[in-house]
Amino acid sequence: MHELGVTENIVNIALTKAGEAQANRIIRINLVVGELSGFVPDCIQFYFDTLSKGTIAQGAMLHFESVPTQLRCRDCSAIFQPQDTMWTCPECRGQSIEIFKGRELYVESMEVE
Amino acid sequence: MKKIEVIQNVLEANEIIASRNRQLLDKHKVLVVNIMSAPGAGKTSLILETLTRLKDRLNIGVIEGDVASTVDAEKVQSEAKAVVQINTRNMPESCSLMAAMIESALKDMPLNDIDLILIENVGNLICPAEFALGEHKRVVISSLPEGDDKPIKYPLIFVDADAVVINKMDLLPHVDFDIGAFRRSIAGLNPDVEVFELSSKTGEGVEKWCSWILEQTKADATR
Repeated sequence: MHELGVTENIVNIALTKAGEAQANRIIRINLVVGELSGFVPDCIQFYFDTLSKGTIAQGAMLHFESVPTQLRCRDCSAIFQPQDTMWTCPECRGQSIEIFKGRELYVESMEVE
Repeated sequence: MKKIEVIQNVLEANEIIASRNRQLLDKHKVLVVNIMSAPGAGKTSLILETLTRLKDRLNIGVIEGDVASTVDAEKVQSEAKAVVQINTRNMPESCSLMAAMIESALKDMPLNDIDLILIENVGNLICPAEFALGEHKRVVISSLPEGDDKPIKYPLIFVDADAVVINKMDLLPHVDFDIGAFRRSIAGLNPDVEVFELSSKTGEGVEKWCSWILEQTKADATR
């Protein structure tokens, strides 16, 4: 729901980094998006195509690496993927759970020329 | 063609402004509480109750976030020391308050004369979880008619909360809301969270919530 602002940030980061590398064109931007982060890749690509028009990022492909949710049990330290919306530790049935992975949203790398 | 390593958080721009807000607030010894919930859970009512009970002891400012209208700001106007309305309709994003919106709202707040700012975020359990505003405390309100499964459906907002308010307790005889199950879900996600059961309508439990707010402002003043 807030992909427009997020995409503006992605374009800004990409243009800044490409400028520092004295690139003429951005070909591909690799993003890492956690499953829990709630961002919709198709929506980001849609905004990106509009926001990047007339810049060296125009036409760049966005590649999304999705990071599956991983949880950690606070009782027995087991790391597991939730099987459903109930966050219960499969090892000890504990219900005190913290998020280990899945909240990421970052620009990992870019391909430029 | 060459590959450039970047590794840069996309939300960093928001987080930089949030930490700038926090520095400004700390300089003026103002405690900020970010109040989040689904639409209709009772953010405005709880803010009004808090203002009524604490206005003689604290100078309280309110920042109202809404997609449109000034309805909520008008409701709290007479009780608060200062009110700033943010309408997100014309912003790049309308689903949540963001640090830059708070930065500009703080310019209209008499920070030297304020002890506490209550921020009413946009009614939404998803987007506000992602955006730090520079607040000291994050509070989520869940009301009984919403059902007891919200922490399971929207875990992120509960994971980062400092306090959870269970509102509309006066409706307990009329709805199927399992308080024990709700409390267990929250405790699992966030063992240190404070939980308040109250009704803004009857006033039951509101005193305890207000005491917690007072404690936070005292802790803030000695920082």
